[in-house]
Amino acid sequence: MNVNMTPFRRLPTLPVWVINSALTAILVGLWPLGRALEQNLNPYYLQILILVGINIMLAVSLNLVNGITGQFSLGHAGFMAVGAYTAGVLLRHYQPEGGAIVPAMLGVLILGGLLAAAAGLIVGIPTLRLQGDYLAIATLGFGEIINVVIINTESVGPFYVGGSAGLHGIPIYANFFWTFGAALFCVVCVWRLAYSNKGKAFAAIREDEIAAGAMGVNTTYYKVAAFVIGAFFAGVAGGVSATWFGNLDPESFRFMRSIEIVAMVVLGGSGSITGAIVAAILLTWLPEQLRAVQEWRLVIYALVLILMMIFRPAGLLGNRELWPVPGRRKPAPPATSDPDSRQRMMAEG
Amino acid sequence: MKRIAFIVLLVLAFGLTPMACKQKSGQRDNSTGDILIGEYGSMTGPTATFGQSSHEGLMLAIEQINAEGGVLGRKIKIISEDDQSKADEAVNAVQKLINRDGVVAIIGEVASKRSLAAGSVCQKYKIPMLSPASTNPEVTKTGDYIFRTCFTDDFQGKVNGQFALRRGWKNVAILTDVNNDYSKGLAHFFREVYGKSGNIVADESYREGDKDFKAQLTKIKGTNPDAVFLPGYYTDVGLILRQARVLGLNVPFFGGDGWDSPDTLTLGDVVNGCFYSNHYSPEDPRPEVQAFLKAYQAKYNKTPDAMATLGYDAARVMADAIKRAGKADPKAIRDALAQTRDFAGASGIITIDAERNAKKPAVILEIRDGKTHLVDTILDTGT
Amino acid sequence: MDQLIQQLINGLSVGATYALIALGYTMVYGILRLINFAHGEVYMVGAVSSYYLAEWSMGWTHSLWVSLPIVVVGSMVTCAILGFLIEFLAYRPLRDRPRLVVLISAIGVSLLLQNLAQFQAIFGPTPKRFPELIQSTPVLYNAAHTIVLTNLDILSLGLSLGLMVIMTWVVLGTKTGLALRAVSFRFDISMLMGINTGKIISFTFMFGSALAAVAGTIDAIRYDVRPLMGLMPGLKAFVAAVLGGIGSIPGAVVGGLLMGLSETLVKGYLPSAYTGYADAVAFVVLIVILLVRPTGLFGRVAPEKV
Repeated sequence: MNVNMTPFRRLPTLPVWVINSALTAILVGLWPLGRALEQNLNPYYLQILILVGINIMLAVSLNLVNGITGQFSLGHAGFMAVGAYTAGVLLRHYQPEGGAIVPAMLGVLILGGLLAAAAGLIVGIPTLRLQGDYLAIATLGFGEIINVVIINTESVGPFYVGGSAGLHGIPIYANFFWTFGAALFCVVCVWRLAYSNKGKAFAAIREDEIAAGAMGVNTTYYKVAAFVIGAFFAGVAGGVSATWFGNLDPESFRFMRSIEIVAMVVLGGSGSITGAIVAAILLTWLPEQLRAVQEWRLVIYALVLILMMIFRPAGLLGNRELWPVPGRRKPAPPATSDPDSRQRMMAEG
Repeated sequence: MKRIAFIVLLVLAFGLTPMACKQKSGQRDNSTGDILIGEYGSMTGPTATFGQSSHEGLMLAIEQINAEGGVLGRKIKIISEDDQSKADEAVNAVQKLINRDGVVAIIGEVASKRSLAAGSVCQKYKIPMLSPASTNPEVTKTGDYIFRTCFTDDFQGKVNGQFALRRGWKNVAILTDVNNDYSKGLAHFFREVYGKSGNIVADESYREGDKDFKAQLTKIKGTNPDAVFLPGYYTDVGLILRQARVLGLNVPFFGGDGWDSPDTLTLGDVVNGCFYSNHYSPEDPRPEVQAFLKAYQAKYNKTPDAMATLGYDAARVMADAIKRAGKADPKAIRDALAQTRDFAGASGIITIDAERNAKKPAVILEIRDGKTHLVDTILDTGT
Repeated sequence: MDQLIQQLINGLSVGATYALIALGYTMVYGILRLINFAHGEVYMVGAVSSYYLAEWSMGWTHSLWVSLPIVVVGSMVTCAILGFLIEFLAYRPLRDRPRLVVLISAIGVSLLLQNLAQFQAIFGPTPKRFPELIQSTPVLYNAAHTIVLTNLDILSLGLSLGLMVIMTWVVLGTKTGLALRAVSFRFDISMLMGINTGKIISFTFMFGSALAAVAGTIDAIRYDVRPLMGLMPGLKAFVAAVLGGIGSIPGAVVGGLLMGLSETLVKGYLPSAYTGYADAVAFVVLIVILLVRPTGLFGRVAPEKV
């Protein structure tokens, strides 16, 4: 819908091999960086840093669903729970040691992600037929169902799940490298999806689903795809958090958690990946800084949400990125009104 | 331009974080100044009422200790952190207490799952943690730095099982809170003891935050039990009892120390003839009990509940351990805590056993006309 | 048999408050297509204010017939003002923004009210029992005392059905109601027709909040008052509104009652091992309804036009 009158101008792109080797270098560089941080940084700040990494994964993956594709999901914490419990239950059961740790970590994180993606598929296919708020409530309901199932499950076959007491004694293998390696992977995947040619289908659905369908975009396919990919990374984030904290509390995956993630996406600017990252950092760091004011912190958090929405409703970055995206059209001017309402006006007018 | 200014502002905001704070754990000089003890608890969230209660008891004890001149000639300073009733937040709070504030010991959490989560952090940094009210047997198994001053679920569950048998109740119904591991734990060990010779006629559950229990109570009523075991918190007990009586379910209910609160006693007729196991009886003439009741009443103008009593005792036990350790050093405090013998607390005579659990007898109280009456004392559950 | 009748009574009595809250959701959604996430918190504020009003009024009068109207009307007025303020401060500035933005603002309001209520100076985290204004006493029961209908069951059912009738009259029989229907039917055209949409929206919020206050008062009297009491009833009432067909007044009431019934019957008749799943029922119902009949039981079909 955002009819863009600015002249089409492609920004120069770097050759693919340059980008790929830079990314590989960053990934490899995370290892020594992590070691150095773990040895020198105060563990409390390391803790916040890891939380930032986990929240970046959650915010960016939800951004693919909520921001980029425009499907409002409130069940992200539910998918996170699936990944977290998969990783936690398996690691706790098998307790891998020594050389087995790295393959085991890779295995459980990916498996957790895949199971979360499968859950996303099961939930997504029927519910994505719904629109807007209904979808939000259906996904919220799904998150609550997952929570109820977990608190009523003491064990599955030989695997101990823990029920309402939570799962404890998960070996702590996650560290800076795993967290930020996974976060980097997530950000790169979502970025490439969003700004690829195929990715334009996602944005098309966000802007106007009916028009996108008319233009030949298989809307169901892309909606479900966004949902499943988002769920996958939520599952990976859950897995990382399970083996970082070493324990899981089913209560921490209820809809308040989903709302916290949605708040990150909206605060960063729906559709902006770097915005989601900035917001994830800000909203992890802010409550910790507000510890000094004790019981006021959640009040302030709530006020920040409301004021932010009133005074900067497009979020920190709108739908732009921190830097211009190579190969993308020059950023469109921020939307002046809601596609929904316009759609409604069109339908009614 | 506006965007650049905005980004600059953001960077500045982050710059303000004390990233320069390179202070590593345990580097704080603990030999002079106030002795720093951390407390983390649920000051907000669904279980805030217990966290705040425990906090009040703890602050009363610290106030008294400091008024008496502190320990080792120094005052005790409590740094308390809110975990919003969330396990992940508890971990953050404890990380901050240990690594930023440099506390020498930690008192906390009422809820077992949060004690378990934060306990592993305390264990990792070898800071002694004393839980006032986490009853899950697993909590102190986290490691040798984790202690508690309350009963464990298995003890109290078995106490109630034995009590039900001694009463001669043939058919007992159980109503538990599925969201609460305390409630589930008590019910589990109750079944183990009572189930051997008694008849469990109904085993129903509700969920924290539920307010209408008539469906379960109607079902229980249909099974004609002699008594109902209700191992929940007093916040639910009142609602359940009132609804049970309206439905005509007029059998005695009994439960654990989660019942202990002035709220339960003021319920009136509906609670007459009900029983609960507790740490102490308010009629106990021991000076520790009476002095605590009086001081608490004077400071907060209300009767303490179990959480307040336990918080008070945890702080007292901690101060006593620091005194015996002779220095504000985590390792020395841990060793002194492990050596706690026959400490006269308000919640009973506390001895820390080899598993770092408190050994103390349980009393069974009967509620009649707004007062509790001691009917039984059980120390050994014989299993 | 007796037990089944008792369970049905229990279910209807629980469902009555869902119905009252659902009425508020349905009105607001009907006009603004906005899930007023803070509605559950308005219900909580209704309970809190009725608690204070009861404490205050019982300080100088012993007559139930003086106290009860003060409590009910007082909390309705308080919540109406609160509803007006919420709409005016947190939603109105966002009128033309994407719905996601308004929803976040609503969530912010909900968090704000929850946390303010937890302040010791305002209410505190501890559940408080309602002053002894009305005792829940059986008024109708059979000889064996196996079927019991209490005065509060009758009060809550009576109030929710009565308010449904009043609401239907307001919407169908008054000029404001006509304007309200017009706004809900075509928001922008109704503006052109000279309807003060701002006023109508404020009215809707105030009306819906006053109904939530009634639900809050009833629940405060028969259960107790807690700062987080609005969360689950709020969600379940929304599900009830969807079940009945959002925008439909009888739909909200029927949805609320069905919701209460299904929950109670699940708790009452499922084997013990599964009663823990009762909370999931609401959401399973929701998802099934959305898939099978997204317009709900009484909703009108609104095909999307291009």
